[in-house]
Amino acid sequence: MRLVVFGWGNESRGDDGIGPALLRRIEDQHFKAVRTVEDYQLQIEHALDLDDANMVLFIDATRAGPAPFVFHEVVARREITPSTHALSPESLLDICARVLKTPPPPAFVLAVKGESFELGDGLSSEGAARAEAAWTFLRGLMETREVEAWRAAAGSLFDPPVAVIASSAPAFGRP
Amino acid sequence: MTFLETAAAPEKLRRIAIDPVTRVEGHGKVTLLLDKDNRVQQARLHIVEFRGFEAFIEGRPYWEAPVVVQRLCGICPVSHHLAAAKAMDIIAGYAALTPTAEKLRRLLHYGQLIQSHALHFFHLSSPDLLLGFESEVAQRNIVGIAAAFPELARMGVLTRKFGQEVIRHIVGKRIHGTGCIPGGMNKGLKQQERDALRADIDQIVVWSREAVGLVRRLHETDPQFYASFGESRANMMGLVDAEGALDFYHGGLRARDADGGPIFDHADYATYATLLREEVKPWSYMKFPHIRTLGAEAGWYRVGPLARVQIADRLKSEQAEAERQIFLAAGGGQVLHGALFFHWARMIEMLHAAELARDLLDDPEILGAELMADKGPRQEEGIGVIEAPRGTLFHHYKVNEDDVITYCNLIVSTTNNNQAMNEAIRSVAAKFFDGRAVTEGLLNHVEIAIRAYDPCLSCATHALGQMPLQIEVLDAEGARVSQGTKG
Repeated sequence: MRLVVFGWGNESRGDDGIGPALLRRIEDQHFKAVRTVEDYQLQIEHALDLDDANMVLFIDATRAGPAPFVFHEVVARREITPSTHALSPESLLDICARVLKTPPPPAFVLAVKGESFELGDGLSSEGAARAEAAWTFLRGLMETREVEAWRAAAGSLFDPPVAVIASSAPAFGRP
Repeated sequence: MTFLETAAAPEKLRRIAIDPVTRVEGHGKVTLLLDKDNRVQQARLHIVEFRGFEAFIEGRPYWEAPVVVQRLCGICPVSHHLAAAKAMDIIAGYAALTPTAEKLRRLLHYGQLIQSHALHFFHLSSPDLLLGFESEVAQRNIVGIAAAFPELARMGVLTRKFGQEVIRHIVGKRIHGTGCIPGGMNKGLKQQERDALRADIDQIVVWSREAVGLVRRLHETDPQFYASFGESRANMMGLVDAEGALDFYHGGLRARDADGGPIFDHADYATYATLLREEVKPWSYMKFPHIRTLGAEAGWYRVGPLARVQIADRLKSEQAEAERQIFLAAGGGQVLHGALFFHWARMIEMLHAAELARDLLDDPEILGAELMADKGPRQEEGIGVIEAPRGTLFHHYKVNEDDVITYCNLIVSTTNNNQAMNEAIRSVAAKFFDGRAVTEGLLNHVEIAIRAYDPCLSCATHALGQMPLQIEVLDAEGARVSQGTKG
């Protein structure tokens, strides 16, 4: 199983840095057959990073959705989006299919709710706590890295235990 | 105050807001105030997010600046990296770089230009150009391009990827690279890295020339429309070398008026504050720079591809210069001011950057090991200027005796084009909105004029679900009569 993990965002923009912070946690574990890709935002050339992937995980902060995070499967979709300067995971999968002329691999999104996106700020206390909660969840996922297990995990969140995580000395915080 | 900037009695006008402008970097907001007959009485492009970049930089050690400034922009971090490095070369006491270091920085810059221009044309603007302004929204984005022109999309992806490979090889990583340091470069280009880039560059030159041809053919389908869309007569500014040729990395400032007449030439960019004045207007966070000697009313100017290819005496690469001559001939001896000419000029620049990159990859000196210049006395102030993909970019710093940055002034390309973009909007609004019903297609015309300038309105936060397009219509009394959200 070759897993490609995208984590994107700007670490100088508050909770926009949640994606890269979680990506770094994954890198620190040195999982086999896992490739990480960090960038400021998803762009069309990232379709080329999916060339040899059997499964994909997208990790980003989100302004919308429930706290602390949402995990769900995504499929390629021709989206009507107002912006192509930054693509959605669904659009990227669609571009992958069209440019590489191959079906995109199974793909999942881990979207962690952020609170503050100000220039010069680190993670907010809420964002750091949610990232910590997401890491606990993500670590379990990374142990299996099987499509059906991830689908089951995504399904279990539809009846979600999405409690707001209390803020406490976050490992993701920055001085 | 210029035509249609401020209405006489705005409280009696109907307001249409396009918020945010789609397919530009970050968020923008356009308001059109219409009277009861749908005639445009006021048009403005608002910058709704305060960037606070200078405050972000001040208080940091000067040597951090070339790395930290990359976080200002998710689309053109290399441009900020280079401009800051040029300023810090001076502060750290380095007068001139070694030949290898300067060539590596130029190659890096050309890689950035290629990837940025490819993104803009293939993924931001070509949908409108290729599929028609009134086409279905679903067909107007990159997915539409991919469906209707699959090979063009692939070309765009691979061209952009090439530019990023140039960046990765020179600064070590795709993002957060540290290649440029005060006085030179911290890493050379390895033979195998050069060979990998050299293997692909000929194809990039071919594709770039095809892209120029594609835009030229589009203009030939309706020359009058393409020439007049978003047209606004503007002064122009950019960097040229000592011979008057376009230089993306270093040179003197040249400004020409709307007829091509001289304003200033070969001006030392370190004197920019004596040449330009930055005006603040109460309705926008973004400043409005203008040429001091001409004043705010007449002194605003255009930067970027459309200005650069017209103020330069020539381009030093053969194919791009040939295409530039065809481009200039379209004006029949007159300066071209239509907003859609940006796309044609941008592709000529992409071809130029590709040819320049090819020449550097063939230059044995690009593999040299002399990466750091001789150090001279440290300075307290430094100014670095480059021609970024979107236009002239100024970085100005002062440091104290503890090497801490105490002053930072950035004039980014989009700020330089602020008034020019507003003028383009007014041109389109006056032509396409007066007396007609407001449709999604018409609103898109305004956005097309803005996107031609490739503006970067805020930077690098693209959290999921962040960028809907909201359209709001208010009647003459200020009551909202309809609204729409896309995305």
